[in-house]
Amino acid sequence: MSTVVRLPEDAAARPFSPPFNVQKIRADFPILEEMARGHHLVYLDNAATSQKPRAVIDAIVGYYEHGNANIHRGVHYLSEKATQDFESARQAVQRFLRAKQASEIIFVRSATEAINLVAQTYGRVHLGEGDEVVISAMEHHSNIVPWQLLCEQKRARLVIAPINDAGELILHEFEHLLGARTRIVAVGHVSNALGTINPLPEIIAMAHKKHIPVLVDGAQAAPHLSIDVQALDADFYAISGHKMYGPTGIGVLYGKIALLDEMPPYQGGGDMISSVTFEKTVYNKVPHKFEAGTPDMSGAVGLHAAIDYLDGIGMDNIARYEHELLAYASEELSAISGVRLIGTARQKASVLSFIIEGIHPHDVGTILDQEGIAVRTGHHCAQPVMERFGIDATARASFALYNTREEIDALVGGIQKVKEVFA
Amino acid sequence: MADLRDLYQEVILEHSKAPRNYRELKPADHQAQGYNPLCGDRFTIYLQMDADRIRDISFQGSGCAISKASASMMTQSLKGKTRTEAHELFNNFHEVVTGQGGGRDQAELGKLAVFSGVCEFPLRVKCATLAWHTLEAALEGKQEAVSTE
Repeated sequence: MSTVVRLPEDAAARPFSPPFNVQKIRADFPILEEMARGHHLVYLDNAATSQKPRAVIDAIVGYYEHGNANIHRGVHYLSEKATQDFESARQAVQRFLRAKQASEIIFVRSATEAINLVAQTYGRVHLGEGDEVVISAMEHHSNIVPWQLLCEQKRARLVIAPINDAGELILHEFEHLLGARTRIVAVGHVSNALGTINPLPEIIAMAHKKHIPVLVDGAQAAPHLSIDVQALDADFYAISGHKMYGPTGIGVLYGKIALLDEMPPYQGGGDMISSVTFEKTVYNKVPHKFEAGTPDMSGAVGLHAAIDYLDGIGMDNIARYEHELLAYASEELSAISGVRLIGTARQKASVLSFIIEGIHPHDVGTILDQEGIAVRTGHHCAQPVMERFGIDATARASFALYNTREEIDALVGGIQKVKEVFA
Repeated sequence: MADLRDLYQEVILEHSKAPRNYRELKPADHQAQGYNPLCGDRFTIYLQMDADRIRDISFQGSGCAISKASASMMTQSLKGKTRTEAHELFNNFHEVVTGQGGGRDQAELGKLAVFSGVCEFPLRVKCATLAWHTLEAALEGKQEAVSTE
């Protein structure tokens, strides 16, 4: 069970020139100054939610202090300004995802809501009895349960593409599962429990060869990787604001315009209509058709600020920095006797799930917490993944662009402490 | 600041590594399952009764050190107790782990007093009480698994 792997080359000694000054980045995040249980906070729970830079906090405050009004229907100055801010956020997301047009960007509450939206609109129309939805065995509950609900409603079947012991999708088995009854494929870009980066180009090509659209849950990818929905040829792509340094309560669904146009509305209400009588309602155009009710305007403004912040650093720089950090952490942790990494895919981002022989992850979490180190322990909303690896839970450290090697050293020290307590 | 040694006392660590009464009772007069979805702890409690008195009690399952030690020590302290006595012991235990015991004499708890450190770790109260909630369900003959959520 215990893995003791010392790679020939010590990561600490390997030359690494970071693409940015991480101390300057850290200064942008006020919360990183906090103390936790008498220690400097070491925040390694970024896959749950990321911290927010000052620019995002200021943008939200600025919106409420200078720009708040309801959008799309006022004739007055502030309403016009708020509408512009909201629509300009939509354009920022369009650029961030490299979508063809801004109307392909739909604001929702979360990546979860984005997936539910597709299941209950596209899915409701296109699935019938005996049809199939294919997902992978490493999905977050948010990319499982919406499809289960749909399948129950339609007497359709949820088909699970298996993963190997490293936590990688087994591509040829996945391809084999795509059949005449498959109506949609839904797969994560990056696994929140294992860190695996899925081979989207291959997955999407396999599905498209059989004319099956693909939804990508990109909640864990957006903060770490450069995304190009057109190059990927993704049909739907879901992201979450709060995981990419933006506020909670805002998420985005990208959809190809041709698909969005023909989909029925998700929720009914104001803003999603162009005319209403008691006999008949004419729906508004995309994207407004899917945005019933007053949206989270300050959330959109905050997300815009987060995207500007990421653009200023560069997603490729972030990916490179975090890749080094993850490599260092993987090497250091697997050198500790009794520690076993869960999820050892060749392509990984940000997430390091691990267990310590004979010690429950919940106890690991409590002891690390006493050192001011925040990790997640549990099943990470991915119970089928835990089952696949025959465990109840893991401890999970997940990294962001502001984390440092020193913080990983602190984690290693914390794990030694855990082992001392249980020695 | 809370001290880890208040939580992870030697007795607790020892019970978590070598739990007592860790087996299935066949046939059991009562049994119930308890589940803590937060951390995946999962236990089954088995009971054999002499009328109103617990003749034998055992458990199986998986969980963190606190929940496992709590289940183990609970089985030790309940053998021979009546339903009412078991219920009262749980009340005392619950007050102590949630820090509501006040001036209550912890002597009533006997060995179970080692769990008093849990009150400094509010997130772990559910771990310490999972087995006890499951016991209550078993005594009441509930069919559905008990959840701490």
